[in-house]
Amino acid sequence: MTITGIAAIGAGLAAIGAGVGIGKIGGSAMDAMARQPEMHGKIQSSALILAAFVEAVALFGVVVAFLQG
Amino acid sequence: MNTFRTVLFTTLFLALSFIGFATDKEPSKDDAPFDPKAMILHHVKDAHEFHLWDWKGSPVSLSLPIIVWTDNGLTSFSSSEFHHDDEGQTIVEANGGRFVKLHEKIYQLDSGATAVAYDAEHHPTNANKPLDFSITRNVFMMWVSVALLLFIFLTTARSYKNSKDGVPTGIAGFMEPLIIFVRDEIGKPMIGEHKYKRYMPYLLTIFFFIWINNIFGLIPILNGANLSGNIAFTFTLAVFTFIITTFSGNKNYWKHIFWMPGVPVPMKLFLMPIEIIGMFVKPISLMIRLFANITAGHVIILALMSLIFVFKSVAIAPVSVAFSLFITVIEIIVTAIQAYIFTILSALYFGMATEEEH
Amino acid sequence: MDLITPGFGLVFWTAVTFIFLLVILRKFAWNPILGAVSDREEGIKTALASAENARKEMENLTADNDRILKEARAERQAMLKEARELKSNMIETAKTEAKEEANKLVAQAQAAIASEKKAAIADLKSVVAELSISIAEKVVRAELSDQSKQEKLVESMLENATLN
Repeated sequence: MTITGIAAIGAGLAAIGAGVGIGKIGGSAMDAMARQPEMHGKIQSSALILAAFVEAVALFGVVVAFLQG
Repeated sequence: MNTFRTVLFTTLFLALSFIGFATDKEPSKDDAPFDPKAMILHHVKDAHEFHLWDWKGSPVSLSLPIIVWTDNGLTSFSSSEFHHDDEGQTIVEANGGRFVKLHEKIYQLDSGATAVAYDAEHHPTNANKPLDFSITRNVFMMWVSVALLLFIFLTTARSYKNSKDGVPTGIAGFMEPLIIFVRDEIGKPMIGEHKYKRYMPYLLTIFFFIWINNIFGLIPILNGANLSGNIAFTFTLAVFTFIITTFSGNKNYWKHIFWMPGVPVPMKLFLMPIEIIGMFVKPISLMIRLFANITAGHVIILALMSLIFVFKSVAIAPVSVAFSLFITVIEIIVTAIQAYIFTILSALYFGMATEEEH
Repeated sequence: MDLITPGFGLVFWTAVTFIFLLVILRKFAWNPILGAVSDREEGIKTALASAENARKEMENLTADNDRILKEARAERQAMLKEARELKSNMIETAKTEAKEEANKLVAQAQAAIASEKKAAIADLKSVVAELSISIAEKVVRAELSDQSKQEKLVESMLENATLN
């Protein structure tokens, strides 16, 4: 397997981590919104910010994969 | 109903354009095998000419000026002098230097060299890269977007000046909710009621600048003028955010970085390097996030389109068009979300920098 | 690797363009737009506040009116009551005074009548006495001129006296 292939696997692993993290954030945000519909806007924006933070970590992984690929 | 029709029309338009877009990508040399990676990278990266479409086997493109800083001073010539050569074959002489274009990079041949020599990894050995200030297609599209932004917002501002009671008319009625959104959903909650006013021009400019360039990147005929998916662009904007954050940091902010209050001394010593790293990680993550999101969107759309040529079959086209249409619609949402996230995180960092002790 | 190396040219042009855009938009777009929007919001806010003030003032006025009306009504009531009391008092006093006066008059009249009666009786008595004496004298004179008559008289008198 070439280094590019390994880099692709690394990027995939990073995507799994981010997927789990963002999934949890999204699920909890939905729960919270269902419980308190009046807080809809605030929950949505904080969920987006948190998802962005989680995503950033995964993107670091992707970028490292780019470096190798 | 109206919205639905608009969405339908837009998506149909995009789908049609993408079909045209994809056929453009057919390799001109019919014997060479199709390399999706090279095609995708070519479209994601910057270029020195604005390739529009191929006409009877030869590319139709807009030539953009090449400006390089050499030992002889500023040198400029048109990219058309390379005659669409990207392999370092055509040598252009200008201002006493000899230049070649190799993979969209301008190299200046060392004196005495008549052709590019390569090492084992296909790097030129007898040429060096001068400082390149060329008006590339990204710079060109950036200026187009700036012109559009100036037109939109100066018209908006004029409409306020002309209306007697400050009621927005025309385009201002469309832009005002967006401006108020940036003010009330990004500026006020993240920075605080008292200080947000100073940062509003920056936040508004960055929001609309990123958004419009994200959208421009999705317009197919412009052929991947992938400005906001270019790391140089996101790097520059992140540097601006970093500079503003650092210069507006108050005593409380620096105290939280160098000597975290409220924790024991060993913890303070432990937290200091983490906080200092965090100071730089914040803008770096801004840079990476925007770059990777937009680039990934382009790569996915182009990869789905490449499937047609990889399988060499028309039968795969409906699937691939449908999928890339789906991704494109998602990307349209992502354009706005990424602009929003870049802006809100910048605002969050400004808010952290200016937060008072409590 | 190439993909994530920022190209110098684009960094330079982005920085220049962005600063240009920021300066121009800040001066000619954001400040006027945000100013107009916040002016309008201020205007709406002050208009709402003044409307609220006017409403409150109106409420105060109505309350004042009500209070004044109530006071006036109470005053009228009090005045009427006072007048009524005064009237009944006056009537009462007049009545008692009149009664006293009448009583006094009656008493005076009775006293006068009584004294007049006494005087009249006394007068009458003296007149009757004189008359009786004179009659008696005359009778006596006449009677005493005739013997038989004297005797008759004496007899009848005696008879009467017995009957008395």
